[in-house]
Amino acid sequence: MNERRSLVVLSAMVFGFAFLYLPILAMMVYSFNASRLVTVWDSVNSPTIAWYRELFDNTALLDAARLSFQIATTNATGAVILGTLAAYALDRYRLFKGRGAFNVLTTAPMVLPEVITGLSLLLLFVALEQTVGWPRGRGAVTITIAHITFSMAYVIVIVKARLATVDRSIEEAALDLGARPWKVFAVITLPLIASAIASGWVLAFILSWDDLVITSFVSGPSSTTLPQLVFSKVRLGISPDINALATILVLLVTTCVASAGIYMVRAERRRLRDAQMAFEDGV
Amino acid sequence: MSEAYIRLEQLTKRFGEFVAVRQVSLEIAKGEVFCLLGGSGCGKTTLLRMLAGFETPSEGRVWIDGVDVTDVPPYERPVNMMFQSYALFPHMTVEQNVAFGLRQDGLGRAVIAEQVRDMLALVQLEGYGKRKPHQLSGGQKQRVALARALVKRPKLLLLDEPLGALDKKLREQTQFELVKLQEKLGVTFVIVTHDQEEAMTLATRIGVMRGGEILQVGTPTDIYEFPNSRFVADFIGSVNMMAGRLSVDEADHARIDCPELGATVYIDHGVSGPPDSSVSVAIRPEKIQLSTERPSQKDNVISGVIAGVAYLGGATRYLVRLPTGFLLKVTEPNVLRHEAHFQKDEAVWLCWHGSAPVVVTR
Repeated sequence: MNERRSLVVLSAMVFGFAFLYLPILAMMVYSFNASRLVTVWDSVNSPTIAWYRELFDNTALLDAARLSFQIATTNATGAVILGTLAAYALDRYRLFKGRGAFNVLTTAPMVLPEVITGLSLLLLFVALEQTVGWPRGRGAVTITIAHITFSMAYVIVIVKARLATVDRSIEEAALDLGARPWKVFAVITLPLIASAIASGWVLAFILSWDDLVITSFVSGPSSTTLPQLVFSKVRLGISPDINALATILVLLVTTCVASAGIYMVRAERRRLRDAQMAFEDGV
Repeated sequence: MSEAYIRLEQLTKRFGEFVAVRQVSLEIAKGEVFCLLGGSGCGKTTLLRMLAGFETPSEGRVWIDGVDVTDVPPYERPVNMMFQSYALFPHMTVEQNVAFGLRQDGLGRAVIAEQVRDMLALVQLEGYGKRKPHQLSGGQKQRVALARALVKRPKLLLLDEPLGALDKKLREQTQFELVKLQEKLGVTFVIVTHDQEEAMTLATRIGVMRGGEILQVGTPTDIYEFPNSRFVADFIGSVNMMAGRLSVDEADHARIDCPELGATVYIDHGVSGPPDSSVSVAIRPEKIQLSTERPSQKDNVISGVIAGVAYLGGATRYLVRLPTGFLLKVTEPNVLRHEAHFQKDEAVWLCWHGSAPVVVTR
C-alpha cells in the first residue's frame, strides 16, 4: 500500500464524514448550551440539561409527538397491508385487465409533487364530508389516510422487488403438497417477503413521521403533528429546545440503525458458516 | 388398454397463438417410469405442468386412476412433483419441509413425525432433519425434495429434470438410487429431461417430443434401435443419416441406393414402402466394423480413408472419408489393451450387418 495514497484516502474519508455529520454534532453540542440565543455559546453556565427539562414539561410538544407517532404507526401498518396486496397482485397475476394502468397509478404518488397530492386529497375530503358526511372535519384520520396514499407507493416498490426474486416454484410446491392458495400465501410467501415488508413498514413510518407538506393540507385545528409544531416554532425564531428534541431523535434513529447493522453482520456470518458446513460434509 | 393408470386424451395447450402442446394422447401403466425427452421448448414441461395441475389444458382430458382430474386444482390431485430447482421452503428445516404435505392433510403429530423419520431414512438423510436448506449440499437438497414429494405416497410422481443440477459423478450414482427407490415404493414416475442418457437409464418407456408433439413412444431399446423418424434417430445417440432411394423391396430383404455412400445398402427385412420412394437410411456408428482386409461378406461393404481419430478411453471414434467425399462416423470398442488403432490417412474397409440399417421415411 502506498503511503501517500492512503493519506489521501484517509483525508477524503474524514472530510466526507465531517461534511455529513459535523452539523448534526454541532446541533447536539448546542443542545447543552445555556444561552437562549442559539448561535452564542454561554461558556459560564454550559453545559446544562435545562432545555431537555423544558422539553419534557412542554405538553404541546409531547402531544404533537404522541400524535405523530400514532399516525406514523397506523399509516405504516395500513400502507404495508395495502402495499403488499397490490405488489402481490402486480407480480403474480400478469394477465388481469388494467394491470399496466394499475402499475403506473400505484407508484404515481412517488413522483407527484407533494403540494398537488395534498391539495387533491384536501378537495377529496371536503367533497366526501359534504356528500357522505365522512370523514367529519379534518384531523388524525384524514392525515393518516393521506399518508397511506403516498407511503403505500414505496411499500409496493420494495415488496414487488422482493417478490420478483422469490422462486415461484416454491409456492407451486406448497400448492402441490396440498396447501390452498390462501394458506400458501400465509405460510410460504409471507415469511419469504417478511424482511421487505419490515423495511417497507419502517420506511412508511419515517415518511409519515417527518411529512409536513401533505399534512398541512389535510390537518385540522385540533391536530398538530410534530413536524408542524417544530416548523411553526422555527418560524418564530429558533429556540434551543428544538436542538434538544433533535438530539433525542437522532440518538433514537442511530440506535435503531446500529442494531439493524449488527444483526445483519451476524446473519451474514452465520450464513457463511452454514455454507461452509454444507460444503464440508458434501455428497 | 383398459388398465391404463394415467391417460391423456388429445391434450392441447395454447398460450395465445403459440401451441405448446398439440393433441397429445398417452397411456401410462401403474408402476411405470415414463420419460418425456426432448430439447428446450418442445412442450415437455408444459405437459408435466398439466399433469400437476398448474396449467389448465386448452383441450383434452387427463385421467388418473380412473378419475378425470382435468379440472381438479393442484392441491387436490393425488400427484406430487419434484421441481428442477428443488423449491425447498428456505425458512423451514428439512423435517418441516418433508412434513409440510402431511400437515396439510391434518394428520396427527406422532404419525407425521414417524413418517418423516422413515422417509428421511429412506433417502439416507438421518440426522439432517434440523438443518435448513441452505445448510445442505446440492445432492442433499435433491434428496430432501424427493423425500418431500414422496412422503404423501402420491399415485403419480412428477420429476422435472431431477438430476439436472447435480454434477456428473453424483448424477450417475443418484440415477441408480432413484430407480431402486421407485422399485421399492412402486410409485408411477413421469420424468421430464433433455438428457437422453438420463432417460435411457431411468425409463421403462420414453416419449420423444418435438414441437409440442410426441414423435415416438417406446422402450429405450425401441427408441434407439428402431427410431421411427429422422429426428428421433438423430436426437438419441449418434447416427449416420443418408438419403436414398428404395430400389428393391421384397418380403425378406430390401435394397436402397445411396448416392452419398456410392453403394447400395442391403437390409435383411422388407420395408414395405412404395417402390422407388425416397427414404433415409440411419446406421449407428458402433454397428459399422473397420478392417484392413476386405471382409468376406458380399453386401454392405465399402472402402474409405480414415480422416480423423478420437480416442475416448472405452471406445475410439473414427471419421472415415468415402470415395464420394461423404464422412461416416464409426465407433470401435477398445476390447484389448494393446489394440492397434487405425491411423489417420490409412485405407480401410467398412462393413455392417444387414440388420444394422434403419429406414425412416419422415
